Amino acid sequence: MTTAPVIDVDGLTRRFGELVAVDDISFQVGKREIFGFLGPNGAGKTTTINMLCTLLKPSSGRATLNSYDIAREQDAVRQSIGIVFQDPTLDEQLTARENLEFHAMLYNVPKAKRQSRAQRVLDMVELTSRQHDRVETYSGGMRRRLEIARGLMHYPHVLFLDEPTLGLDPQTRNAIWEHVHELRLQYDITVFLTTHYMDEAENCDRIAIIDKGKIVALDTPGSLKHDVGGDIITLRSGEADRLRQEIRDKFGLEATVAAAAAGTGGPPGERLHLEVPNGRTFLPKLFRELQGEILSVTVREPTLDDVFLRLTGRQIREETVDKKDAMKARIRRRRRIAGH
Amino acid sequence: MKRFRATYIIWLRDMKRYFRDRSRIVGSLGSPIIFIFILGVGLGSSLSFEGAAAGLDYKVFIFPGILGMTVLFAGVFSAVSIVWDREFGFLKEMLVAPVSSWSIALGKVLSGATIASFQGIIILMLAPLVGIDLSLWMLARLLPLMFLISFSMTGMGILFATRLKSMQGFQMIMNFIMMPMFFLSGAMFQLSQAPGWMDTLAKVNPLTYGVDAMRAIMVTEVASRYSLFTDVTVIILMSGAMITIAVAAFGRQT
Repeated sequence: MTTAPVIDVDGLTRRFGELVAVDDISFQVGKREIFGFLGPNGAGKTTTINMLCTLLKPSSGRATLNSYDIAREQDAVRQSIGIVFQDPTLDEQLTARENLEFHAMLYNVPKAKRQSRAQRVLDMVELTSRQHDRVETYSGGMRRRLEIARGLMHYPHVLFLDEPTLGLDPQTRNAIWEHVHELRLQYDITVFLTTHYMDEAENCDRIAIIDKGKIVALDTPGSLKHDVGGDIITLRSGEADRLRQEIRDKFGLEATVAAAAAGTGGPPGERLHLEVPNGRTFLPKLFRELQGEILSVTVREPTLDDVFLRLTGRQIREETVDKKDAMKARIRRRRRIAGH
Repeated sequence: MKRFRATYIIWLRDMKRYFRDRSRIVGSLGSPIIFIFILGVGLGSSLSFEGAAAGLDYKVFIFPGILGMTVLFAGVFSAVSIVWDREFGFLKEMLVAPVSSWSIALGKVLSGATIASFQGIIILMLAPLVGIDLSLWMLARLLPLMFLISFSMTGMGILFATRLKSMQGFQMIMNFIMMPMFFLSGAMFQLSQAPGWMDTLAKVNPLTYGVDAMRAIMVTEVASRYSLFTDVTVIILMSGAMITIAVAAFGRQT
């Protein structure tokens, strides 16, 4: 990177009482980069975003955004960023167009430019035909697209997307990602996003893997996967410990054991993950040597899931995450119904 | 002027929302009309009160009180929309914008005061039906006064809103603050004939001074509790204090 970083974070820490939500993290994000924060719920992703967009004061450490200090130059930072929060922040009683105009006024966009910008962002997220409808008539995906469009109205340097595809169906997710990629081409913008979907993180230029408030790895998705080392062999077995010992003795390899997720209806037995340079040629050797029972076997190229597993010894348990999110969404819905 | 940009925008948004919501406008006029034409007429026929001897109609007596009630409820209710905004997330959109939180709070105070005054004016237009002839001189004093009362009531509402975590808590405020404020303001009965403790509570009730001042202007048959000058001074001081505290409290919340 030849130019100065757009986001420069140095030793940022945030405590809530005893809990250290974000623990001494440092990283830099360059211009026009799509930078992803990947980690399970409660890892400190949203807390980091809240600090960077000046909603939360850091306990210690410092950070600059567009070379403005997040603690001392709040208004300049706010003017430089657009944010799409996890939970919707639209005014449902107003139309899409009015939401955009309200935002533009709050961010000091000159009157002459509001019209053309609103048109431009609406076109990009394909909501032009619905612009004069009230937001309460919009679907979840449309709302998210509108929020992204709104975040662009003041031409920010950085767009924050906190779990931009949470709770959306796969088709809508893909559409959102297309918009994010298009953004960079059209607006010359840096995108900072958080996600706990491994497959989505692959869309980023670089990823910081965050766990328990700390950054455990930071690189391009390709290098992170490369570090895993070749292919992943997964063995399912009723006697995983024995197999593990055998593999250690006979091949000098360290396998990780992951219990089959209980109650998910998956096949029984424990899973054994093994990293080898070339899975296809290694398998026959493996079968020749091992005595322990093997129920099934798969060979595949590494994913970010494997990276996370390798770094933290745990999997991002999507099942539990989704259940929790679904509950959150249910509570939100109920509150809304009760309110009306 | 730049500092007040957000204030204007917040005000504008609330105006848009308010005037779009016909049912809210019509609905808010229901209880004042019921109070005047059902309670006022029904209760008045079986009641003796000061001024009755001079031929004063009970619904005329309570009319300024009902104006006060309208402004109290409309002002607080409008301010409490902040709780909605928090619950629906829109508050966050305002709080991360490059504007100061006091200018947002001030916008809320202004929009609430505008809406409350507007509803007060609609009720005021019913005055001829009750038997009060509105003169220009009356209106010239009533309108600014009503706006001033609206201000203090909305300021109080903002203060509630910063404390309320959800709309469920609003019921508490309704029952334990707003209803007592209304009944202890002299809106429905003269406080001079009420027990001493009521009179004491009435003295710390900002609405008492508002109702007293409006009655002094509209109803000549009843002696007012304080002079118009005292009333207005107290209302100005209370509004000022309430809005200052409310804006400060709003700035501290997240």
